[in-house]
Amino acid sequence: MTFALALEQLLNGLQLGVMLFLMAAGLTLIFGVMGLINLAHGSLYMVGAFACATVAAWTGSFWLGLFASLACAAAAGAIVELLVIRRLYDRDHLDQVLATFALILIFSEGTRWMFGSFPLYLDIPPLLQGAVPLPGGTQYPLYRLAIIAAGALVAFALYLLISRTRLGIRIRAGESDREMIGALGVDIRTLYTVVFALGAALAGFAGAMVGALQSVQVGMGEPVLILAFVVIVIGGIGSIKGALLGALLVGVVDTMGRFLLPKLFVLFVPPSQAGMIGGALASMLIYIVMALILAVKPRGLFPPAHA
Amino acid sequence: MVEPVLQISDLVKSFGALRATDGVTLDLHPGEIHALIGPNGAGKSTLIHQICGTVRQDSGTIRFAGQDIGGLGVAERAQRGLGRTFQVSSLAPEFSALRNVMLAVQAKQGSSFRFFKPAMLDRSLTEPAMTVLDRVGLAERARIPASELSHGERRQLEIAIALALGSRAFLLDEPMAGMGPEGSKTLTRFLDRLRQEAPILLVEHDMDAVFALADRISVLVYGRIIATGTVEDIRRDPAVRSAYLGDHD
Amino acid sequence: MSRETVVNFILAALLLAVPLLANAVGQPFYITLATRIAILALAATGLNLALGLGGLVSFGHAAFFGIGGYAAGILATHGFSGEPLVFGLSGTNQMLVIWIVAAVTAGLAGLAIGAISLRTSGVYFIMITLAFAQMVYYFAVSWPAYGGEDGLSILVRNQFPGVSTMRPLSFFLICYVVLLAAIGLFALIRASRFGSALQAARQNPVRVATVGIRPFRIRLTAFAISAMMTALAGALFADLNRFVSPSMLSWHMSGELIVLIILGGTGRLFGPLAGAALYVIIEYALGGITERWQFFLGLILLGVVLFARGGLLGFIAGKARHG
Repeated sequence: MTFALALEQLLNGLQLGVMLFLMAAGLTLIFGVMGLINLAHGSLYMVGAFACATVAAWTGSFWLGLFASLACAAAAGAIVELLVIRRLYDRDHLDQVLATFALILIFSEGTRWMFGSFPLYLDIPPLLQGAVPLPGGTQYPLYRLAIIAAGALVAFALYLLISRTRLGIRIRAGESDREMIGALGVDIRTLYTVVFALGAALAGFAGAMVGALQSVQVGMGEPVLILAFVVIVIGGIGSIKGALLGALLVGVVDTMGRFLLPKLFVLFVPPSQAGMIGGALASMLIYIVMALILAVKPRGLFPPAHA
Repeated sequence: MVEPVLQISDLVKSFGALRATDGVTLDLHPGEIHALIGPNGAGKSTLIHQICGTVRQDSGTIRFAGQDIGGLGVAERAQRGLGRTFQVSSLAPEFSALRNVMLAVQAKQGSSFRFFKPAMLDRSLTEPAMTVLDRVGLAERARIPASELSHGERRQLEIAIALALGSRAFLLDEPMAGMGPEGSKTLTRFLDRLRQEAPILLVEHDMDAVFALADRISVLVYGRIIATGTVEDIRRDPAVRSAYLGDHD
Repeated sequence: MSRETVVNFILAALLLAVPLLANAVGQPFYITLATRIAILALAATGLNLALGLGGLVSFGHAAFFGIGGYAAGILATHGFSGEPLVFGLSGTNQMLVIWIVAAVTAGLAGLAIGAISLRTSGVYFIMITLAFAQMVYYFAVSWPAYGGEDGLSILVRNQFPGVSTMRPLSFFLICYVVLLAAIGLFALIRASRFGSALQAARQNPVRVATVGIRPFRIRLTAFAISAMMTALAGALFADLNRFVSPSMLSWHMSGELIVLIILGGTGRLFGPLAGAALYVIIEYALGGITERWQFFLGLILLGVVLFARGGLLGFIAGKARHG
């Protein structure tokens, strides 16, 4: 095992982490402000990826596709909020789970209807092709570095949005006291739609970015959604800071676990079994980490004060 | 003289600079209703919280049935028979009044891990439960879901649950709140009989009810008991008149 | 007899009548359909114990369903090959043994998962149960010994003393009897002291704790029993398909189990059966018309959640009643 290889894996972990953050930030924001658990968040990720791939194929421009992914996911989010989600705020979590589960079925089959069952492919834009030399002599794909940078930028922008803008003040007010925000004269229904669309846009953005690394297909949002759940449970549901740290933790632990555990087991058992045991254990590692964290802190690392 | 069921001595509780409870001494004898009155902010609810165990006192003692309970938790105090009724909540709003009381009987017996025998056919649950419901005058309403009972009936159910749990004294926190005049009258009659079951420490704003029911009254002002005595004593007490009752006349 | 009792009786009778009729006219396909309904209803009855009575919205019951399935698959594989399983124990093709192993394994898993998950509540509980089920799912996918992602075939359906399990009707009858027994057990538990405590812990946990009944222990026990029942269904499901794969463990499965309960009517004795029947019929009827039946299933489900919250039994038999 070389230093360069470990560094590469660490960067992969970071890249996964920032993608998870984009998903988890929307989920946790929507839960924090509206008290809603949204399973269909993964569908919005898928919408972003499909929008990007389609527009990029029409126009030949990844950047137009990326813009389309933001617009389409935000629009889909707003429409879904207006038609379905706003009827669910007063319902219990069971109803929210079921209704958003139904939305997943509708989104997935609807997308299959429109695009067929074959995956779409999205090329990395020419500007970001190529690789960057790493200390230790290996190369690392520029695009993945760009994802990390974009994720960090979004995290910073989100921080500014929430701490410095009028919208942010309203969001924070909505998190701490729903009665008060109504009393302040803020149109709470519009605020909810805006927050939901914002969360959707973040998911769509993540979908588009990852779409160039993997294939764009129905169901691509679901594994990411569940990882994002793990992230916000670890971080404390409703906490953006928790989402960021949880996402980086999950991203790095998952990637490094897959990389290191099989190597670790080689020390104890024959190589053929080491791969099997290490691989199986690595696939469960983040859930074990989650269980350990929850055993100590049942409300996650950064539980919101009012919850 | 009979030993008091509940005896509170020199109780003190401060929140920062505010002395919410300032050396309170108070007792409750078998068979009596002892009313605790006082203007808003006098520290009545802080005192009740300390007695039932949700707030821990800074100093002073709380003795119940001959034992010091000042260091015990809420559930332990309840298990020793200190019954506090909550404002509105039943054990299980979807269950009938009977099944609510049966659940209390079951809790008292410590036997929740029985899986096969239908509880409604279990006479070791239904009989004590019906007896208690009868004692509080709810026997005819036994099959009605708790959520469909009237406000006053729900209070009666609360007391039935407390009796089934073996309560030997009651802390009643504003039982008349939210009742119409008719309901208040019925509940007053009910509490009048209840003192035979177990003595009551009654915190109440409704002065008609207090004067009708109380054997003794203590007046709490700024965390201190400024007077304790019979209804007549309290009516005549000049300090009480100026500090408290005067506001009402 | 209340209206709900009549509806329940009709449901049970219909589920028996359809396969008998299908057998008489030589249409085994409908027997398989009815068997599927019975098994899914059994799995959902298990979940209903936790979700309906206890208010524990477990989004991870696929884990127990899959554990049951894999117990059947793994034991049968070893029974067939003669290779010892662990500690020199051999596999088996006897359903009764398989059921016990499935239930015990899932019960232990339920205790472990429940012990951590039940420290939380609300949305946390939903997500944590989901995450634990995913953990089991990924384990099954990445562990190659029993087929990994490809799953595991059971070459010959497992045996039941005195019954020819390969005959569709016989196998249906086994599932039917197990389902009725499970529904009976559910009814007993619901009416028992334990059931009182469990339902009260859902309605008012804080108040129940103050009278000295600790919700955690009650809920954990209910969660484990619930897991065992669902695992039993998983073992039967594996025998029905003679195939086990990680899809039995997937979160879609967990979602479907919740859907069955809601379609039928939450917390009701025959809700899971009504829901399973409705689900399988929708799947079959819509599936015959369009490949995209899940799209319409989504719409129907959305409609039920938003506008018809009592489910099918709520619609037919009115509001649920409690003792």
